[in-house]
Formats: sequence, structure tokens, C-alpha cells
Amino acid sequence: MTTLPEPSGVKLGLVIDLDICVGCHACAVACKEWNTAAYGAPLSDQDPYGADPSGTWLNRIHSYEVTPEDAPQNAPPQIVHFPRSCLHCEDAPCVTVCPTGASYKRAADGIVLVNEDACMGCGLCAWACPYGAREMDAAEGVMKKCTLCVDRIYNENLPEEDREPACVRTCPANARHFGDLGDPDSDVSRMVAARGGVDLMPEQGTKPVNKYLPPRPKTRETPPPARPDAEEAPGGFLGWVDRALALLD
Amino acid sequence: MHPAPSLILFTVLSGLGFGLIAWTGLGLGPAGIWYAWTVSVASGALVAGGLGASALHLRRPDRAWRAFSQWRSSWLSREAVLAAATSAVFGAYALTWIVTGTRLAALGLLSALLAAATVLATAMIYTQLRTVPRWHTPLTPLSFLAFAATGGLLAVLSLSGAASRPLTLLALALLATAAALKAAWWHRANATRRPSPEATTALGALGTVRQFEPPHTGRNYLQDEMIFRLARRRATAVRRLAAGLGAALPALLLALLAAVPATPGLAPAALLSHLAGLLFERWLFFAEAEHAVGAYYGHR
Ligand code: SF4
Ligand code: SF4
Ligand code: SF4
Repeated sequence: MTTLPEPSGVKLGLVIDLDICVGCHACAVACKEWNTAAYGAPLSDQDPYGADPSGTWLNRIHSYEVTPEDAPQNAPPQIVHFPRSCLHCEDAPCVTVCPTGASYKRAADGIVLVNEDACMGCGLCAWACPYGAREMDAAEGVMKKCTLCVDRIYNENLPEEDREPACVRTCPANARHFGDLGDPDSDVSRMVAARGGVDLMPEQGTKPVNKYLPPRPKTRETPPPARPDAEEAPGGFLGWVDRALALLD
Repeated sequence: MHPAPSLILFTVLSGLGFGLIAWTGLGLGPAGIWYAWTVSVASGALVAGGLGASALHLRRPDRAWRAFSQWRSSWLSREAVLAAATSAVFGAYALTWIVTGTRLAALGLLSALLAAATVLATAMIYTQLRTVPRWHTPLTPLSFLAFAATGGLLAVLSLSGAASRPLTLLALALLATAAALKAAWWHRANATRRPSPEATTALGALGTVRQFEPPHTGRNYLQDEMIFRLARRRATAVRRLAAGLGAALPALLLALLAAVPATPGLAPAALLSHLAGLLFERWLFFAEAEHAVGAYYGHR
């Protein structure tokens, strides 16, 4: 059913700390590894070792260069690594546009999923998502997206510490956090409150559940001036070397 | 957006087919049985051709029947339901016309209304997307409806071969309306921009955002589907073709037809030219549309 359920009390999602992420892509690889063998069709690759490789991924890590307007001349820009995946929006346009009922939002925890047996591969949901979070699998012809590792987080066959999304479990920098953003007292909600976590593109009206913690402002000092003596003729032994070299100049 | 030939054909052909159905349902065209046959075959071929082309766009067409289920929320589903309903009602109208020789006005009116609703639903599939600012305007459904009305009336004039000056002038007026709406659409579109990288990443407060490293070295679905890069130089040329073939030339032919009624070949020529123009117009509709996701890949 592609009408949206009443907003659930529990809103499971991710908090991604852009101040900490080092852009290692480990979360994307862990995601691909888990999800190619888990929920639904495998995440296929086309021409993986050839000249024109492509494939389906549910998490993509961008890297941006951010230059403040008032940056001093020649000050290096700030590099921000930016993991991008489904935000499990509360008002998910990808769900309501779906003509087949394949896309749906779970009433109990708000996870947005695709029932791959019902998907006709029209691609309209990917057009409706502002965040590029859905990719059509070229081999299977069905829409793939982040499942929030729905087959890990409730999985009692896994040790308790593994019952979180593969990306969160694997992040070596601890830049990714999983929890209930509907509960104001949860760790993730406190983190969002403390760090001023933001929604991506709130003007799209999607009400994303996932939040991004902005990078902390850099302490910027004016770059130290060049050594004052660098251009002056040195004295002593170096002066003798300098004069000797000048003969060859 | 990627200008898929299947979607260009779908929107152009089905728009024309439903336009023809609407005018026929309203009672236009001669009453003879031969004409009933001609209109039924022509509109059936156009609608079936359009919907068939749209099925080519699906990766799993065997599941297309499921698209009838979500009409409560989805414009694409509504389009499927309305297209089927229009075909059924107009089929009944055409059948009674062929068998009994009478055109049931109530059935005709119902098929005309359903046909208009179908064209509206087709346009809303694109209009509803906030992610593509160019499409997200009431001018989109208005221009789709105007094109369907114009093409449908040109088809009536071509198929019936009737020399009716009022209908010719009506077609001319509709053509001018459609062209004006599309000009307004283009004027607005020129001013729209996809969201900036600062907005999509929420990093704007820190400064200007530039792509430093893309997430992948190869292509992916998002780029193939939603980040179609069009040479601006060609866009202008295609726009001229769309305006010339779609509006200017057919207008000239219709004016001639109004001046010298019953000149053979003028109405079909106007229809074919208009159709060719629409194919260019629809190519631009997709190719020039910029999706928000492009900003994550550094496009402005
Ligand atoms: S991020 Fe995109 S795919 Fe995920 S729920 Fe929101 S709109 Fe849908
Ligand atoms: S691609 Fe599948 S999930 Fe997406 S809108 Fe089409 S049918 Fe629904
Ligand atoms: S694993 Fe962690 S640090 Fe590495 S790219 Fe993903 S979020 Fe960033």
C-alpha cells in the first residue's frame, strides 16, 4: 500500500556525523557485502573488472571542498566527507508515487522498503527521491534501496552487538549512529539536539528521519608569514656557499 | 533527465489518441459508419501504441497489472486506471455507433471527460515531482491538455476530410493557446534552477561547496537516468524545430485551409507537422529537466 501510514512513534534511522567521517567508504562496502546476500535480489555489478564498470550501491560517499566566504587568501578549503543513503523520510514521496504498491513505509518503525516481488521497475520512485537514494538494479530490474538492515536489527540469530545496520557496525571512526529518532531521550536524539543536527533539503517537505551533524567550525589562523630572512643573503659558512654558487650562476 | 524514446512516444501518442477520443465523444466528425470505424481504429492504435511504448520503459512489464492498484496515492496508477476506463467507455460508444448507427451522447460525453482526466493524470506524473523544478508547475498539465486538444482536433479534421471553417478556426485558436502556454512554460523553465550543492548537502553555512571527489569512478544509475547533460547549443536548435514544426507551420497550413476550405492534404499535413514538433518538444521536456540529485555530483 503506497499511502503513507500514520506517523509512527518509533522512527528508526541514522545520525551521520560529518565532523568525524573520514571518507573511508568502509560503510558502503559493508553495506554492499551485507545486502548483496540478504534482503531481496543481490546488488549486481556490470562489467566489474572491465573498462566501464557500474553497479548498484545503497550508500555512496561524496567528498566536498568547502571554502568559507571570508577565507584568507590561500587558506586551504575544508574537506567534508558526505555519506548519502536513504533517510527513511516520514513524508516519503518515493512511496506515494509508486503505482504498484511495491514501495511502502512500515507503520511500526517507519522503515521504507521495496517489496521486490511487486516492483515493475518503472523508476518513478527514484525520480521522486530528492536524495538519489534509490537505484534500479540493472540485472534484476527492480528498485533497490537502504533497508536500514531490517534483517539485522531484529535478528535474534545475531549477537546483540551486531543488531544494528552494517554501516554503523563497521564504521571505524564511529561517525554513524543508529537509533530511535522518535524518542527524544534516545542517544541519537540527544546527539542531534546537542550538535544541532539537520535535515537535508527540508524545503522538499519529505521530513527525513536521518539527521546529519554538521562539521564543527574550523579554528582558522591566518597562515604564518614566510620567514623574513628567506630572501636575504645568508652570512657565515652558508654565505660562502651562496657566493660560490653565484659564480656558477 | 534521460529522454527515453519510450516516454516521449508514450506521452505524445497517447495525448493525441485521447484528444481524438474526447472530440469524437463530444460529437465532432461525420455520423457515417465508415467514419466510426476510422476513428475507432485510429484512436485505438494511438492509445495502444502510446501505452505499449510506456510498457517498454518498464524493467518488469509482466508486473504492469499491479499498476492498477494504487490509485489512491499514485498519479501513475491513476493514469493506468483512467486510460483503461476511457478505452472501455469509448469502446462501448464506438461499438454502439458501428452496430446501431447512433452516437449515444451520454457515453460520448463520459469518454470525453475520462480522456481529459487521463491526459491530466499523465501530466501529473511529472508535475508532482518537486525534485525536478522545471516540471513542478500548473503550466505542465495545462500545456499537456492544450496539446491533446489541438492534436485531437487536427486528427478529427484530417480523418473526416470535412471542410468546416469553424472547426478549422477552432483548431487554429487551440494551437495558438497551446503555443502560448508552452512559451510561458519555457519562460518559467529558463529561470528555474535545481537546488545548489550548498542546499543539498546543508553545508552552505560553512561556505561554497565544490565536489572534491565523486563517490565512484564509474557511471551509475542516478547519473544515467537523472543527470543527462545536454549541449545548450543543440537545445536552441531543437527548440526552434519544436516551435516551427509544432506551431508555426501547422498554423500556416490551417490558415490556408480556412481561406480555401476543402483543400485536400492540408489538414493531414498540419497534423503530421504538429506531431513532429511535439516529438522535439517532448525530447526537450525530458532532456532539459534537471533533477536535484545532480547537485550531489557537483552540478549547478
Ligand atoms: S530518502 Fe528518498 S528513498 Fe528514502 S524515504 Fe526519503 S524519498 Fe524515499
Ligand atoms: S520502480 Fe518499483 S518501487 Fe519504484 S515506483 Fe516503480 S514499481 Fe514502485
Ligand atoms: S565508514 Fe564511517 S568514516 Fe568511513 S565513510 Fe562511512 S561513515 Fe565515513
